Amino acid sequence: MASQAQLSFDRPDNRTLIVRLAGSWRVADGVPSPSAVQDELESDPPVECIRFDTQNLGAWDTGLLIFLRKLQDGFANRQVEVDAGGLPEGAGRLLNLAAAVPEKKDTGKGAKRTSFLAMVGGEVITAVASTAEMVRFIGEATIALGAFLRGRASYRRSELMLIIQECGAQALPIVSLISFLVGLILAFVGAVQLMQFGAQIYVADLVGIAMVREMGAMMAAIIMAGRTGAAFAAQLGTMTVNEEIDALKTLGISPMEFLVLPRMLALILMMPLLCLYADLVGMLGGLLVGVGMLDITFVEYFNQTVGAVDLNDIALGVVKSAVFGVLVALSGCLRGMQSGRSASAVGVAATSAVVTAIVFIIVTDAIFAVVTNIIGV
Amino acid sequence: MAVDATKQEAHITVRNLTMAYGDFVIQRDLSFTVNRGEVFIIMGGSGCGKSTLMRHMIGLKTPAKGEVLYGEKDFWAADLEDRQRMMRHFGVLYQSGALWSSMTLAENVALPLEEYTDLSPNDIREVASLKLALVGLAGFEEFYPSEISGGMQKRAGLARAMALDPDILFFDEPSAGLDPISARLLDDLILELRDSLGATVVVVTHELASIFAIADNSVFLDPETRTMIAVGNPKTLRDESEDPKVHRFLTRGESTLPGE
Ligand SMILES: Nc1ncnc2c1ncn2[C@@H]1O[C@H](COP(=O)(O)OP(=O)(O)OP(=O)(O)O)[C@@H](O)[C@H]1O
Ligand SMILES: [Mg+2]
Repeated sequence: MASQAQLSFDRPDNRTLIVRLAGSWRVADGVPSPSAVQDELESDPPVECIRFDTQNLGAWDTGLLIFLRKLQDGFANRQVEVDAGGLPEGAGRLLNLAAAVPEKKDTGKGAKRTSFLAMVGGEVITAVASTAEMVRFIGEATIALGAFLRGRASYRRSELMLIIQECGAQALPIVSLISFLVGLILAFVGAVQLMQFGAQIYVADLVGIAMVREMGAMMAAIIMAGRTGAAFAAQLGTMTVNEEIDALKTLGISPMEFLVLPRMLALILMMPLLCLYADLVGMLGGLLVGVGMLDITFVEYFNQTVGAVDLNDIALGVVKSAVFGVLVALSGCLRGMQSGRSASAVGVAATSAVVTAIVFIIVTDAIFAVVTNIIGV
Repeated sequence: MAVDATKQEAHITVRNLTMAYGDFVIQRDLSFTVNRGEVFIIMGGSGCGKSTLMRHMIGLKTPAKGEVLYGEKDFWAADLEDRQRMMRHFGVLYQSGALWSSMTLAENVALPLEEYTDLSPNDIREVASLKLALVGLAGFEEFYPSEISGGMQKRAGLARAMALDPDILFFDEPSAGLDPISARLLDDLILELRDSLGATVVVVTHELASIFAIADNSVFLDPETRTMIAVGNPKTLRDESEDPKVHRFLTRGESTLPGE
């Protein structure tokens, strides 16, 4: 490559400064700082006119333009006459082009400083607004559900089927694995204690009741929150980014009915089934420990389980799981619809969908525990 | 100008290129040459494969058959490292802008500079705002892509494409979504980049006004016969082409061939 960028000066007479540029002025090779020119301007006697000499200028690119632009800014508040005639023709034209559209000043993007108090206040206001938004969302979802029950909701049946498949059958492998292991773990924990009293047969009761009342519904819900809730948020978030939701709205189609309703229905339908399936697989896990480790026969374990678990327990688990299904669907869809218009905003939406869903699942489960205790189910 | 001396040096050569998605052939037997410092237009009706052709030239899609040469070097025969080195000399504007949505405009333009130059953060900021000013977006440095209009996104994409002063600029429909005056400024900018920085410019477009204003050479892709049906300067093609499709396209279907 040609030689380094060089900058030198000449004062042919008292009022003129000639700025000489030589060598290759490329960004990649580094270009001199324009402050040397500023220093030269300060010198005596005062410069009234600046000219450029670029006879020995080699290759140039943005590097030269940056240098010249900084110079221009420096000249702006000085009484000097600039003769750009000596500059490469293209450079002058590019600079003119850059100046053709004036800088937009009133963009409201200035660095604003906020005090700590203002920040706290802002957060509180946001929290209140987002609660209001959540309540409105739940209200709208209820209205959509009402419309569905009256047979007036506009949604696509094929999409509903697809979502049902997505969050039903396709979730079976992971639900199997997790609930089998949970059953296994429960049995292990129980076995260690119960063996001390020679009461290992009650492992069947423990696993049966725990799975059916609590763990089946809970595990299925948490898996679906991570798997399906996040997917809902990402889908709706991407649709927001691509203005697909706006397109639905302008067509007069309610995104609530068209997008949220089928997702909610799919989970309301599938969660109880997944819950029952998880109950069963969990008990299988307990059976494995009972038969394999505790010398209980298969028939004994089976009879003990049937005796311990009654229909009320199963019904409670199933009802809970349907409620959890609604929670997972609502938080996924809510966060998706609230998503900002960028890739990272979609990521945030998916994360917060999972967090919201899990928090609501646990809180609701606690409420169920208290209520069922009071009414004695 | 320096460009004239090297006018006839082939920069990009496309030879017997066949493009396909699976078994679905989009275009076959494309052969043309883009000379150094030339503004080359890829034109044709919607869906004929212009963007696909561009994807083959910039290394995003492997040809089904044929080759793309940069200078003497066969792009698709080179190993990955060589290919990436060549790709660093390309600046690309995608049809949909393709700005990174979680970065501001300044950060979008700055990313290639941060990756491939040793500039100080200050200089990078200077370069980024110069590039944005060149496309008429001075003052929008801190905006996110979702906060500006579609046409502005297009121009910001252009600023990002120019960030590294590339040897070859690929523009996919740069003036779509721009008002006539911005489109005109954009044409000026393209010519200016070619003249002053000596860049070779490949433009996919069907804006006739800008085709006639900037093109040195062009290729016309036809969706029915699935191949190119004309190569040459668009003005010459308009006045002299025998092919009714080319003629109709270049006159917006307003006039027919004298013989028809
Ligand atoms: N990923 C893909 N898989 C299969 N076919 C594709 C894919 N992308 C594009 N095509 C097909 O290739 C053809 C050419 O598409 P391309 O995007 O290159 O068109 P274009 O000429 O750029 O059109 P426009 O002017 O509308 O942008 C189209 O018929 C399209 O259906
Ligand atoms: Mg295209």
